[in-house]
Amino acid sequence: MGKRIGKQTVRLEHPVGILASASIAGQKEKDGPLGSDFDVIMADAEWNEETWEKTESKMQKEAVRLAIQKAGLALSDMHYIFAGDLLNQCIGAGFGLRELHIPYFGIYGACSTMIEGLSLASMLIDGGFADHAVAVTSSHFCTAERQYRMPLEYGGQRTPTAQWTVTGSGAAVLGKTVDVPHITHITTGKIMDMGVKDANNMGGAMAPAAFDTLLTHFQDTGLSPADYDLILTGDLGTVGRDVLIDLMQNEGFDITDNYNDGGCMIYDLDTQDVHAGGSGCGCIASVLCGHILPAMQRGEFRRILAIGTGALLSTTSGLQGESVPGIAHLVAISGKE
Amino acid sequence: MQYTKQEYLKYLEQKSPNSPLWKDTIFAFLFGGGICTIGQFFLNLYQNTFSMDSEMARTAVSITMIFLGALLTGLDIYCKLAKYAGAGTLVPITGFANAIVSPAIEFKKEGLVLGLASKMFVIAGPVLVYGITASAGVGLIYFIIKQLGG
Repeated sequence: MGKRIGKQTVRLEHPVGILASASIAGQKEKDGPLGSDFDVIMADAEWNEETWEKTESKMQKEAVRLAIQKAGLALSDMHYIFAGDLLNQCIGAGFGLRELHIPYFGIYGACSTMIEGLSLASMLIDGGFADHAVAVTSSHFCTAERQYRMPLEYGGQRTPTAQWTVTGSGAAVLGKTVDVPHITHITTGKIMDMGVKDANNMGGAMAPAAFDTLLTHFQDTGLSPADYDLILTGDLGTVGRDVLIDLMQNEGFDITDNYNDGGCMIYDLDTQDVHAGGSGCGCIASVLCGHILPAMQRGEFRRILAIGTGALLSTTSGLQGESVPGIAHLVAISGKE
Repeated sequence: MQYTKQEYLKYLEQKSPNSPLWKDTIFAFLFGGGICTIGQFFLNLYQNTFSMDSEMARTAVSITMIFLGALLTGLDIYCKLAKYAGAGTLVPITGFANAIVSPAIEFKKEGLVLGLASKMFVIAGPVLVYGITASAGVGLIYFIIKQLGG
């Protein structure tokens, strides 16, 4: 047995396959470089719903439905669903998934939630507690802005380090097979707080967590950046991306060749006015489920690391002068065998 | 981690681009000045064409500018101007209108009472609280000085 290796890593005894994935994105994401990769593009921010919160719930529900359909399975085949989002009390997940009647674990890891869900779901499957499970998350620019920041019509200026919340959702269906891209290792991150208090520099706040998890993964497994075709972080943006490269360089790991960040990939940073890049639970969820996993299915990547990065702040903690704790969870995914 | 917290914050500050101060300042000056010029236009118009006395005309200008700020907020134009103008659209009275109208629009979904009406002052509330408090304080000082000075 001995599934645990090193300090924080689990090597799955039977790798867990990602049977299918589905992604939903908004108009701004459609206009970005990955626009043609998403399964569903919403015509507008409302998507025929009365409130943006309802829209976000619908995004999760439809992403799950589509992923299960693509896997050729039924809702009733799912033993568990892991879901969360950025809204208070995770109402995107709780309200969106109530009609699906799948045993539900609500989780919150801020923007790392997708990878947290994939980690937990694959451990349950490898442990023999489930045959199939789904992980889903979402974020919506309008719901996130009104919860964390200012009303949309308020005339404010954003700082150069601020990031743009992705309107997107991604869902992945997991099961016991290696004929598809499959999860081999899981490195669960620790909360890292380097004292960054600027809520408009979340990349800088989360980069130490991404660094710690990535370094620990290499130490635990004995692997190195060269073992992977792609190291993907969720939403560090341009600032956090550059910080992570520096921090890894200082430890003797050069990741410049095969490293990218979902927040830097999903928008055209020069023309789309998103400042430091994209962010939100839906960022890595839609990039991974819409762009990366299908590319792995086509054989374009052999082995990747997907690292979800989250900032565990709230509006209350910010007002009370607290710093921004960061979290980063990692899964290693291998292409189909 | 190679850095202590202090070292990391210092390093991060170097890595993080700053707001373009000169550009922001010049834009704020131009937009803010532009809004004041529009206000002056209305003041002249009300005084000269509509023959209002100066106090009446000033009040009418405030009302006009608040109306324009609210209108442009509702038309999704004010926030687009503000992106470039910064303090230039924040400081004039049009910015105050924007601060009240924008949450009113946004939180209408939560109902007319606990949504629209109560959230209307989330941004402008502090301005009112401290503005009114400060003006009462200044008024008191003015009153005392006047009493002492005869």
